[in-house]
Amino acid sequence: MGKFEYAPAPESRAVVSLRESYGLFIGGEFTPGVDGRAFKTISPATEEVLAEVTEAGPADVDRAVTAARKAYEHTWALMPGTERAKYLFRIARIVQERARELAVLESLDNGKPIRESRDVDIPLVAAHFFYYAGWADKLEHAGFGPAPRPLGVAGQVIPWNFPLLMLAWKIAPALACGNTVVLKPAETTPLTALAFAEICQQADLPPGVVNIVTGAGETGRALVTHPGIDKVAFTGSTEVGKEIARACATSRKKVTLELGGKAANIVFEDAPVDQAVEGIVNGIFFNQGHVCCAGSRLLVQESAYDEVLASLRRRLGTLRLGDPLDKNTDVGAINSAAQLAKIRELSQVGEEEGAQRWSPPCELPVKGFWFPPTVFTGVSQAHRIAREEIFGPVLSVLTFRTPAEAVEKANNTPYGLSAGIWTEKGSLILWMAARLRAGVVWANTFNKFDPTSPFGGYKESGYGREGGRHGLEAYLDV
Amino acid sequence: MSELAAARIAVRKTYKLYIGGAFPRSESGRSYLVTDHKGGFAANAAMASRKDARDAVAAARKAFGGWSAATAYNRGQVLYRVAELLEGRRAQFVAEVRAAEGLGPRRAEALVDAAIDRWVWYAGWADKIAQVRGATNPVAGPYFNFSLPEPTGVVAVIAPEASSLLGFVSVVAPAVVSGNTVVALASERFPLPAVTLSEVLATSDVPGGVINVLTGRTAEIAPWLASHMDVNAIDLSAAPDALADDLAVAAAENLKRVVRLGDEDWALPPGLERMLAYLETKTVWHPAGT
Repeated sequence: MGKFEYAPAPESRAVVSLRESYGLFIGGEFTPGVDGRAFKTISPATEEVLAEVTEAGPADVDRAVTAARKAYEHTWALMPGTERAKYLFRIARIVQERARELAVLESLDNGKPIRESRDVDIPLVAAHFFYYAGWADKLEHAGFGPAPRPLGVAGQVIPWNFPLLMLAWKIAPALACGNTVVLKPAETTPLTALAFAEICQQADLPPGVVNIVTGAGETGRALVTHPGIDKVAFTGSTEVGKEIARACATSRKKVTLELGGKAANIVFEDAPVDQAVEGIVNGIFFNQGHVCCAGSRLLVQESAYDEVLASLRRRLGTLRLGDPLDKNTDVGAINSAAQLAKIRELSQVGEEEGAQRWSPPCELPVKGFWFPPTVFTGVSQAHRIAREEIFGPVLSVLTFRTPAEAVEKANNTPYGLSAGIWTEKGSLILWMAARLRAGVVWANTFNKFDPTSPFGGYKESGYGREGGRHGLEAYLDV
Repeated sequence: MSELAAARIAVRKTYKLYIGGAFPRSESGRSYLVTDHKGGFAANAAMASRKDARDAVAAARKAFGGWSAATAYNRGQVLYRVAELLEGRRAQFVAEVRAAEGLGPRRAEALVDAAIDRWVWYAGWADKIAQVRGATNPVAGPYFNFSLPEPTGVVAVIAPEASSLLGFVSVVAPAVVSGNTVVALASERFPLPAVTLSEVLATSDVPGGVINVLTGRTAEIAPWLASHMDVNAIDLSAAPDALADDLAVAAAENLKRVVRLGDEDWALPPGLERMLAYLETKTVWHPAGT
């Protein structure tokens, strides 16, 4: 039987208008950087330069922190919650209104399939602002005392895997609680954050409440170590997270960290195979595996191994890799050359350590950064591909016999961000969930996100929670 | 030309009931005289009958399934949409509230603004009330146990007599935000702003039947709502004391949840009591084990 052929179905780029270069968003205006340095952001699918972006130095970060402090003291912290709420509702509505444009821009700059940016990222961004808007005038009901206070100025550093969504996770609760922010987007994906700056202008958000400084690691370091901030929120690698924890250890800054993961996705023999396979695929190949909570370790009960693996291979054969703007694309581009190199290196190590590597037949585009969906079998717990976060479309398969062994293996990692359980037996789900040392446990589903649902890790996956009522705590003086 | 323009006669609105998303006159064919604050003619409002009240309860019951099953996020957005549309008709409501209640412009504006903001406040509660009132319960055994708030069903509301818009919004929104559906009896003396609000509701994504608005004689209609066996809760706070006592006795017949709060200053931030009054708590047990 031949494969179905798909005609190209590209989403139009016409909805996006890019400027040639972008300044920093400080005090409500786009301003040039003090030392005039800039870098280019490219489309990882084509390596086409999309725009030039300002690299913020320490003096720029200082200006941004000063603007945020001024807005905090003179405007935002004094404003009644009912009025702060209205600004956040406005932002939520503008995101909804400009949803298609933001989705296309996100896919261009990040490389993720338009299907995901359009149906997951951007709707969740709007929902997140809508949800926290509602908290702004209800903080006394949130369980943190009768009159919880904001912290002050928050320095926020976010990753490139869900650029605008991570921005929403950071900015919405911070503003709802009465803080002002200086946010640094990742150097490879700054464009939707800069579009967000325009949205703040459209919403008439008071100047300085949100400041966006673009740059790489040095800019981030200048921000989190700045003495003028009261709060650090970081999402990214465990390595950088530890560096931030050390840098802030002797300060009074409140720190929340959402870091790496090596989640176990555990499939029991009674699980409905088709449903589980969809969950496995979604767990590791969603967003090219650039997901901190990705189900990168598949633990299959031995008795179901052959059936699950056969079904999984068959399913991977139907994944479509290619143009992120094509509405039929399942797997988009790897975000950067550096990330591609890291995925290649760890996959190479996987082979060298004796695991069996398999990918479906898959044609990779010539230009851009691409890696095929990959499955390693015969993986032991000692292998680096079972221990280290690859942050790419690479799945390591291990087996187990009993629930206790599954728990043992799932928890055998320094990480603890998420886990998945697949079984028809409700009591087993709850028994497992009680024993898994992970901040989010998905049962018979995976990679589900909602603004009302707290998210965050155990152990070296970081501390603090984002989302839900619990997410307020990170931005309140409690 | 200018004489012609000056002579233009205004097109007046017929104030009708709002039942199941439609605007019927009273099936009884009755209306009653509504005067402005100076005692002049304002309108002939529909005078709802027992049958209209029953139709409204039936419409509310019919809408309950869909509205209570909507996601909290969706209900929040719908309530917020009401605020958006109300803001767009702010001037009209200021004029109507002024005409009805005889207030100065500043005061009327403040009340309309507060009414708009109240929709926004309640919109935010849609997806938070379960997080504030729900719980997981650490039972002493291998069970996962949690409690959730759920809407009680059809809520009958006697709206405040003196606060035609803000009072009305303040007693209706806390019922619908959690998924209940409402039959609201508007202020007998000042019914017109509530009727105009129903036009906003009809065009703001609130499904037909979720909020039903009756105008007429409180003493005539309220007993039919209080004794109706398909009404699950009733707000009697605005009923005169003697009437409220009779209604409370009638409401006991099917154990309606009865709300009777004292005089309130609607301009103040509301508490949670009205929202909580219309919620049931459901507790679920599930074993945990291999």
